[in-house]
This record gives sequence, structure tokens and C-alpha cells, in this order.
Amino acid sequence: MLTLERLEIVQDDFCLTANLSVPTGARVAVIGPSGAGKSTLLAAIAGFLKPGSGKILWDGVDLADLPPGERPLSLLFQDNNLFPHLNAAENVGLALRSDLRLSSSQKDAVTHVLERVGLKGFGNRKPAALSGGQIARVALARMILRQKPLVLLDEPFGALGPALKGEMLTLLADLLDETGATLLMVSHDPDDAVRISNQTILVAEGIAHPPTDTATLFANPPDALKNYLG
Amino acid sequence: MAKRLVPIKPVDGLGAVSAALILLLTLGTLAAVVTRAEGVSALRPADWAALRFTLWQAFLSASLSVLLAVPVARALARRQFFGRSALITLLGAPFILPVIVAVLGLLAVFGRSGILSTMLGWVGLPPVHIYGLHGVVLAHVFFNIPLATRLILQGWLAIPAERFRLAASLGFDNADIQRVLEWPMLRAVVPGIFMVIFLLCMTSFAVVLALGGGPKATTLELAIYQAFRFDFDLGKAALLAVIQFGLCAVVAVIAWRVATPAGMGAGLDRTVERWDTSNPVLRAQDFTVLVFATLFLLTPLVVIFLKGAGAVWTLPDVVWWSAFRSVLVALGSAALAISLSLSLALLAVKLGQKRTAGFVEGIGYLTIAASPLVVGTGLFIMIFPFARPSDLALPVTAVVNAAMSLPFALRALSPALRDIENDYGRLADSLGLSGWSRLRLLILPRMRRPLGFAAGLAAALSMGDLGVIALFADPESATLPLQMFRLMTAYRMGDAAGAALVLLALSLCLFWIFDRGGRVDADT
Repeated sequence: MLTLERLEIVQDDFCLTANLSVPTGARVAVIGPSGAGKSTLLAAIAGFLKPGSGKILWDGVDLADLPPGERPLSLLFQDNNLFPHLNAAENVGLALRSDLRLSSSQKDAVTHVLERVGLKGFGNRKPAALSGGQIARVALARMILRQKPLVLLDEPFGALGPALKGEMLTLLADLLDETGATLLMVSHDPDDAVRISNQTILVAEGIAHPPTDTATLFANPPDALKNYLG
Repeated sequence: MAKRLVPIKPVDGLGAVSAALILLLTLGTLAAVVTRAEGVSALRPADWAALRFTLWQAFLSASLSVLLAVPVARALARRQFFGRSALITLLGAPFILPVIVAVLGLLAVFGRSGILSTMLGWVGLPPVHIYGLHGVVLAHVFFNIPLATRLILQGWLAIPAERFRLAASLGFDNADIQRVLEWPMLRAVVPGIFMVIFLLCMTSFAVVLALGGGPKATTLELAIYQAFRFDFDLGKAALLAVIQFGLCAVVAVIAWRVATPAGMGAGLDRTVERWDTSNPVLRAQDFTVLVFATLFLLTPLVVIFLKGAGAVWTLPDVVWWSAFRSVLVALGSAALAISLSLSLALLAVKLGQKRTAGFVEGIGYLTIAASPLVVGTGLFIMIFPFARPSDLALPVTAVVNAAMSLPFALRALSPALRDIENDYGRLADSLGLSGWSRLRLLILPRMRRPLGFAAGLAAALSMGDLGVIALFADPESATLPLQMFRLMTAYRMGDAAGAALVLLALSLCLFWIFDRGGRVDADT
């Protein structure tokens, strides 16, 4: 379970507070107007920002002293999810050893997971030789291999067309079914929230609200959400 | 930005070691020199003359370079013609052109028996005198017109195209555009460029060694060399070194304060579309300016080539041996310059927004104020109790050359490193990529281009350097530029031209190989 305990993130004159918890295995959409602090919230959980006060706990353990790479989570960004000078297999392989000195069984695991996301035989390609959808698949493959219990997605499919995005969300849902990981996904698009998540965190006016049932939330939106949806 | 959670790793220790080494080389050597200084009362009239000459020649050189560069930059900014990009590339060449090679070329054109004097003789005029103030300023202008032109051209191209469109739609003529757009730009960029060139001319040594000298044309750098090499007067060398360092530091700070223009910027391969410059007089003016600038820059090099090509095959063995030593020194110097600048830049980026980051990077730029001869003198004083300095001439030269190319290397590496951290830093952090793995898998592969460029620059600068080596070397450990200088002072001009050609070729090759190596297969 992810717990944000009276969390307060302060950046210059921007302030975001959160006091909420996300149960293990939940799939939570994070929505809200741009500039409200959705990405900032994820960055704090991932360990890139030190909170002004409050705690971030995973299963009761305070994450404050853990550097980003040692936190129990995987994170996908809006872009730059792959290193362009490394090929697909190497990018995925970083999940297993950050110095890339992989054993043969680890190499097999990389081949296998690339196959799982539908990229059999693409291991030697560098990102420049992959399409946007294929790049997202490589990033997802790495995410699976890291086997972290919490998955943070910061609009990683934002640049994809609607059909491709739907495909990715389906793949993501399947992968989460297999791994049982908890998901927090930032999105601009309310449809995404309905599609993949059963719960939604609304970030607006300096507050990250506790997750509520997605269907109920959209059926009866509070003012902040109403303003955003227009 | 909130504090980063990524811990400092042992790799960063290297940055601290580099910073310490550079402090030792700049301030440490200066301190070593100061302990030998005798006090201001020891300044004799000749030293005051050297001080005056240093400032005067630097002022003249910088003023002339900037004044002459403005029309060249203007012509390049508003004319598109065949060979334009080649000319702009040529303008970048003096940076890696060995000074002593250029001096020999200038002598062949402007010297007593050079092309110009010969032509003057045809119409009954006396030959020109190149030694002394004239020659020093001429050589400095030769080196700095290209630099000034490129920097001013950047200023011109930084004026947004929309402004020129707006001006055209308002019916501005050429004079209006000069007043409203071009003068303000020049007022903003020229002072910084002037100060940078002033500083370069103040610390220039090889030019003054070859073309200056005597009571009327000795700079502080040359006076340090003479005090050290001929009089073996360490106290006086030390005193002059302190004055030189102080002056350079002051000028460097002023140059930095008046906003130093961005280094070797790319993107000069475009012109701004203009509607006010099509009249034939302006066309003829630009054409003439460009032809003269090209002739001025190319003729000395062409002459070297013509005179040297025949002599290369009959060069004595000592020249080839000195070439071999020079290449070794250049490679060592490039390796050291890259290690120092990369570790410094890594540490500075790691420290992020903190004040210490600026401090760390500032250390790398300290060598701008340190003149190589001051550093050399200081190292001599430090080494003297332990070893014969001439035994260590080559390593010391490599170290000093590396320190001198640091500002340029940092200038190339730091922004690239910041970009990498901006684009991929969080991804790397989230994957736990740190320390050596981060260096090997992220930073080095993504920095190949700037690393190649910086290494090429450092190697070429070291290859052509005639500074510290003149202070230390005996005949057995001469580098190619020193060997070439010796041939010149012995009036063996044919051999000197041959050696110059070899030196030029090696410098360009070294730069090309490194720069090329950074580009091939680079994924950017």
C-alpha cells in the first residue's frame, strides 16, 4: 500500500499537499488541469523531489532515504524513456544490471520479455529505428523486468495516436494482470482514466485528493473537476 | 529546485582531485613564484617599458582586429555566395593553426624579402619592417580577425529575421537599419569581443618571441622568458609573473563582466534575408572586403605550402624526432585536458544549483588568467629542488598545455553534460545508473561529439604550442614548434618552411582525427 502522509511539496511559490493512500494492486488515474502538480506528485514519489514535510510510505516503510533507483517502483516519463545510443535489448537489460554485464540467463530473460511485448527480433535496434509504439513497448518490457510492485506512468503514451494509445493501454492492463503491480498513471485524457483505472486521484488547486471510484467521480464531478472538464 | 537525493559517489572524487590540481597549477605556481619575488622596488625602467608595450600592443591589436572584422562579418551576414561556408570554416582555422607557422607565413609575405617588399621595390619604395610593434600587431590581427569576425557574425545572425522583415515593411533603407538594428547589436557584442582579444594578445608569447624583442618591443611574457632563460634571475621572473597574472585576472574579470560572447557557436551557415542591400555600391563594397580578407588570411598559408612542399623530403632527422615528441606531448596533453575538464564538469553538474558548482567550474576557467610562462616558471621553481627541469620538459609542457586548453574544453563539454542530465538524468536515476556505469553507459556515449571536438582542440593547441617548452627544453627535448623556431633564427628558411608544413599538417590531422572520431556513428 502506498501512503502519502500529510505530504507537502513546495517549489518556489507552488505548493501541493496530499494525505491519501492507495491500496496494493489498485489502478489509479491521476487527473487534473495542467500545472496542477500531477507530474510533481509522481516526481516526489519517485524520489526526484524532496518533500517539504510529510512522509511517503510503501507498505509502512518510509522511502525518504532511498535514492530513486532503489525505491520499489518503476517510472515511465512523457518522453526520453530510452537511451538513444543503446539498442532495445540493452535498454531493457538495464532493468537487471545497471552496468549491463548480463549473464546468459539474464540475456535470455531480456529476449523473452521483448517477445512478450511483441518485439521479437527487435533487440538489436536502436530507438531511432523504432516507431513511437515500439519505443513504448520497449519501455514497458523494461518495466516488467524490473519487477517493482509500484508502477508510475507520467503520460507515457501522450504522443501516440488514439488507436496506438488504446493498444498500449490494453497491453499495460494485461501486464498489470500478470504482475499484480499497483498503478498510478497521470493523464490529461478522462477517457484514459475510465478505461484503465478503477480509482482516480484528482489533483487541483494545490491538493491531491484521495482516490475515489472513477465512475462515481465522473458521474458526479466536484467543482474543480467540472472546471477542468469544461 | 528541491535538493537532489542522488548521493555523491567516488567518481566525483576525481573532480575534486582535478580541481585541486588546477589550483596547484595556477595559484600554486603563482605562490611558488611569489616566494621568490623581491618586491615592487625591483622594477626597472625596462620592466615598465615591457608593461606599457604589453598593454599598448594588445590595445592596438584588439582595436584593429575588431574594426577590420566588422565589415567582413557584415558582408558574410548579408551575402550568400559560392564558397561562403568554406570561408567561414577557414575563419575557424587560426584557432588550431600553430602560431609559429603563421609567423613564418607572415614573414614570407610582409617580411623584408617578402612578397610585399618585393612589390614595393618594383615601384621604388623601401621594404617594410615587420620586426617590432608593426609585426607583433600584424600577427595578432592575423590571428584575431577571424575570431572577431565569427563572433560578430554570430551577433548579426542573432538579430531575428522578423526584425529585418519589419524594417523592410516600414521602408527602412540601409542607413536606417544600421542605426536601428545593427549599431545596437554591435554596441552589445563588440566590447566583450574586444576584451577577449585584448586578453589573448596580452598573453601571447610565440608571436612576440619571433617578431618582437629588444627594448622597444618586449612584452611581460617575453620579459619573464628572458629573465628566466638568459639572466636566470628568478626573483625578477617571479615579480613579472605576479604582475602578469594580476593584469590578466583583471582583464579576464572585465571581459567576463561585459558579457563574453558564446564560444565557438555553430549555425553560421545561414544568411538573413535583406531588402536593403541590393544596391551595386554595397555589393562592390562587400565583394572587396571579402576578397581582401580572404587574401590576407590565405596568402601566408599558401606561401608556406609552396615553400615547404619541396623542403619536406630533405628535412634533417632532428626535425622528424621533434615532430614525434610533439605528437606524444599533444596526445598526452589532450588526454589530460579531457580527464580534467570532464571530471570538473561532472562534479559541477552533480552539484547542480549550488554555489559550489559555479566555483568548481570557475576553477577550470582560472587558467585564462594564468599565462603559460607564469605556470612554467612556477613549476620550474617547484621542480628545481627535486629534479633537473630539462629532464621533465616534455611532461611539464603536456601538463601546462592541458591546463591552457581547459577553458575551451569546458566550454564544449559543460553544456553537453547539462543537456544529458536534463534529458536522461532522471531516467538514469530511476534505473539506479550511477558511478562508473553511468559514465560508461550514458555520459561517454552521448558526449562523443563534444569530447572528440575538445580532444582535437587540445591536441592541436598543444601540438602548435611554443611557450613553456622554450623555457625548459634543451636541444635533445625540443618539440617541433621549437625546432622550427630554431631553424628560423638560424636563417634556414627552407627547412623552417618544410618543418612548418609538417607542423601544420600534424596539427590539422590531430584535430581532424579526434573531431571525426567523435562524429562517426554518434547517435544524437
